[in-house]
This record gives sequence, C-alpha cells and structure tokens, in this order.
Amino acid sequence: MADATETLTGRTRGMGELIDVAGKTTEVAPFGTSLAALAKERPEIVGLTADMGRYSDILPFRDAFPDRFFNVGMAEQDLIMIAAGLSKVGKIAYCTTYSVFITRRAYDFVAIACAHSKANVKIFAGMPGLVNGYGATHQATEDLNMMRGIADLTIIDPCDATELKQVVRAVADIPGTVYVRNLRGKVPVELSDDYRFELGKAKVLREGSGVGIISCGYMSMRARDAANIAAAQGIDAAVLHVGTIKPFDRDGVLAFARRFDRLIVAENHKTTGGLASLVVEALYDAGLVKPLIKIGLVDSFFECGSQEYLEAKYEVDLPRFVRAIVDNR
Amino acid sequence: MMSRNHPPEHPDIGRLKERALNLRRLMLNMASGKGEGYIAQGLGIADCLAALYFHELRYDPDAPDWKDRDRFVLSTGHYAIAMYAVLAEAGYLPVTELASYGLNGSSLPMSTFDDTPGVEMVGGSLGHGLGQSVGMAIGLRLDGSPARVFNELSDGELQEGSTWEAAMGAATFKLDSLVAIIDCNGIQADGPVTVMIDPVADKFTAFGWEAVEIDGNDMQALVTALANARTPNGKPKAIVLRTIPGKGVPTLERRDRAHFVRVANDEWDELKAELEIHHG
Repeated sequence: MADATETLTGRTRGMGELIDVAGKTTEVAPFGTSLAALAKERPEIVGLTADMGRYSDILPFRDAFPDRFFNVGMAEQDLIMIAAGLSKVGKIAYCTTYSVFITRRAYDFVAIACAHSKANVKIFAGMPGLVNGYGATHQATEDLNMMRGIADLTIIDPCDATELKQVVRAVADIPGTVYVRNLRGKVPVELSDDYRFELGKAKVLREGSGVGIISCGYMSMRARDAANIAAAQGIDAAVLHVGTIKPFDRDGVLAFARRFDRLIVAENHKTTGGLASLVVEALYDAGLVKPLIKIGLVDSFFECGSQEYLEAKYEVDLPRFVRAIVDNR
Repeated sequence: MMSRNHPPEHPDIGRLKERALNLRRLMLNMASGKGEGYIAQGLGIADCLAALYFHELRYDPDAPDWKDRDRFVLSTGHYAIAMYAVLAEAGYLPVTELASYGLNGSSLPMSTFDDTPGVEMVGGSLGHGLGQSVGMAIGLRLDGSPARVFNELSDGELQEGSTWEAAMGAATFKLDSLVAIIDCNGIQADGPVTVMIDPVADKFTAFGWEAVEIDGNDMQALVTALANARTPNGKPKAIVLRTIPGKGVPTLERRDRAHFVRVANDEWDELKAELEIHHG
C-alpha cells in the first residue's frame, strides 16, 4: 500500500480564519476591536463567551473591560441564558462562540429566553458555513435555515471587515435579539468607507447588465471578484448584497431581480432554507419567474480539509462563480 | 416608597400561614369549574410563596419595574396558577382578574409570559430559570444593586442538563445574591420522578453551593432557611423543599397522578370545603 501522503496534499487548518487571498487588504479581529471601542461609549455593554474567546476575536474587549467580560465555559445553553438574564437587568449582552453550538445546541434558549422575551442579546456566531475545514461538527451549514424559523430574531450575514465593524455598532441600537455570522481572524477589507450598513436593506455592490447575482456573507465578495473576472470575458454581472437575512429586503431583491433575464443566488450555506430559498419564495410570491442558478452547499455533512480543497470540491469557489456568470451553467 | 415590601425583623408565622391559606383559596377558585390543571403543584408551593412574598422579598407592586427589586424567577411556567395567586395577594394584580386564568385571550395564561406584571420570565420550557437568574445576579452586582435573585425550580427540572450548566456558573461567579428554591414534590408528567435526582442538596453542595434541605410546607423552617440564605459567604444558596403536591386538600394529597389533576366540576366545592376543614 502506498504512503497516503504521496498522493494527498494540503490539510485542515486552524479555527475559522478566512483564507488569504493575494492582493487583499485584511484587518485583524474587526469584531473584538470595534466592540472594545463601542464599549467605551456604552457602559451597559457586557461580553460573554463559552470557551471560545480566542477563536471568536472577543479578546480585545476582554482586555479592555475585564470586569464586564464573562467566560462561562463550554456551556452554550448557559451562555444564552446568562445573556438573557443580563439583558433583563439593563445590559446589552454580546455573546460569542461557534455558530454550530449556538444553533444546534442552544436553539430553545435563543428562541424562548432571548427572542420571545425580546432580550437585548447580540449573538456573534463564529465559523459560518465552510469558513472552517474542521468537519461537520464545526461547520454551520444550516444555521440560516434554523434561525429563520425563530420569530422576532434579526439575522445578519456581513460580507467583510468594513461591514462587520458597522454591524457591531449598529446592533447595539437594534432592539431585541440579533444573530450575526461573525468573520474572524484576518478579515478582508473590501468595501470602501462610504459603505453604510442599513438593517433590512440589500445593497448593490457592483453594477452590471448581463446577469444579476444576489448573495450574502463573504460570498458577496467572491461574487464581486468573479464579476470582475467575467467582465474581462465580456459578461457584466451586477451584485446585490443581502446583509440582513431577517428582516429580508423583499422589495429590494424584487426590484433588482426584475432588471435581469437571469439570476444567480450565492451563499455560504446550504442552498436549502437559506438565501436561495428566501429569494425563490419572494420571486414566486411576486409572480416573477426567471432562470436562476444556486451557488451554495449541497444537503450533506462535509469532510475535514483545507478551505480551498472543500470549496473546490463542493463548488463554491471562484471558478464556480465565473462558470455560472459566463457559461450560464 | 411606603408601599415597598420590606421583610420585618421578626416573622409572624401565624400571619404567614394565613397568607398561604389565602393563596390556596385563590388557586382553588381559579381552578374551579375548569376541570383540570396544575393545582397540586400550586398548593404544594403555597407556603414557600407566602414566606417569600410576605417576609423575604423586596418589591413594589405599584412599580413592577423598580430596578432594585428582588427578582423572583418562576422557572416552572406551569405553576402559573400559584404565581398569579401570590401576585394578586401581593397587590400586583386585581383579585377579580384571577377568574380569567387559563381562558382564551386572558392576560393570565396557563403558562407564564413575561408581560404579566411581576412575572420575570417566559416560563414553560424547563431548564431556563437558573441560567437567566445567574445573568440577572451578575448584572445587578455589576450595577452595585442590593437586589437579590430567587429562582424557583423543580425536581423534575433537575433532569434538564442546562440547570447544571447554570449551577456551575453560579458558583464560579460567586453569586452570593442568588437563591435557588428547588421544589421537590416527587412528581413529573409521567408519574413519580423517574431519574435519580437525590441527594439534591449534596449535589448542589458538590457544585460549590451552600445547600439546605427542609420541609417545604413548614412555615417556620421556610423563614429560617430564607434568613440563613442572607449570609454572605461567596456562594449561591440552594434551599431544597420537600413538598406535598395538593397540600392542604387531603383528597388531592392522596392522588397518585397529581402532576396534572383532573377534577369533576361538582368536586370543586368539596375540595374547597376540605381546605377550610383541614386548616381549621
């Protein structure tokens, strides 16, 4: 039997850092640094984690405000309950751990202790989708689907460091419970400083006429990269970034969709129950039927491996986007 | 503010027993005619609620959101009938409103919602109360508030793992101001408590709490345990109550299936009469 290492290359890497892309400017820990800055102005902000401080980028907050930081250990139900309790005595509770542990493990507590009570809890959930190559236990590939099902819950999927920093600030003033897909480590800075996150408003990031791409999370950046490549091949794609999943910008998406003969929907999530489902529901309800390609994850559990390997294998990488734009398949 | 309840230095045990009797009367009236409900748990915890609301807790029924009020967090939402009785007795709700308990459109639903004045938590899903109480106690301490947090939970609820997550956290954060009141009445939905929960007090002690076990239907034992729980020692406090479901109404005390009691409509008057005779 041949040595396995003769044919296999690449490996699973650390916890949820986005892959480096040549030529991209990045910012380290935009969540934690902006939370620490905001907390100087807002004494009612407290920060919590469930043994995932290091891997959720909340340490800059801990270091600035050790008395307002609580690590509850590997106890995600407790994390969410404590956050709800803190909110009931006037605090704004920013909590962090991995998305899978919030959604799959603590769902009842997010729904009842937080959303039902309109608790002022802001959940920054790490490692959405395939951001991590650590296997299905750590990949939140159905979190949008699950969280959409909870009433009175706001859901945000930021696309880069610029938007994420604005979201950290904005959610302090969004009443009730908010679930944010957190991007950690060296997060690309793609949007210019004049970008403005607005709750419930989809934003056109790139104008074009050939095809309309509707996307969320960091897939919006990939869509824009792919659109730039495709433009050199003669197809000009527009990109609409849906930063807020709930409340969903139905009118904005429909207005955008009407302008194109064909559409692409892209998300760092399964194509079931997430953005693609939202878009298709909105189009159908409006009687608007267009050819539509879904880029996202299949209904499966995913193996361990490098992010590049997994994204290529499951077809959410840059070549997949270019093929959809240029070849319409 | 004059209307704020402050515990008197010396408890009037006789008066507290009268309060508990009145809570039982209110509960039987609420259940009356409805045929079924969680009356047994309510009757079982009436003594504890009387001791809490009329001897221990600081609150102002005219200002339910007073920020330095002591919090009473009812974890078992199905004990709503007992909660409404004590809230009415304490002045949060008009007694006349109790008649609507459990009816369609009532503001006093079968399971507690947090928009009822005096109710601190959406109850119903078990294993939520202790963790939220931990959060409240941490937040109040951050603000330098003297308010304490009392969390009622049940023996069946100890089967929910989230309760033990919260128990560990409470000890870790040295929550002196947190008092867990665990109603051990020995019943759950399918009958007698099935999974081993005893020794309850020892478990909490092992988790870093100060724990005591008492007869939950003994008023003197209740006020003594609550007074002892005021001692600051860097530990959260657990008071384990052994209560009798249906306490005060012998027919209900004798029921094997007491978790969700069904009563024929003509039986309510007999039960009410039993309460008065038994007490007398």
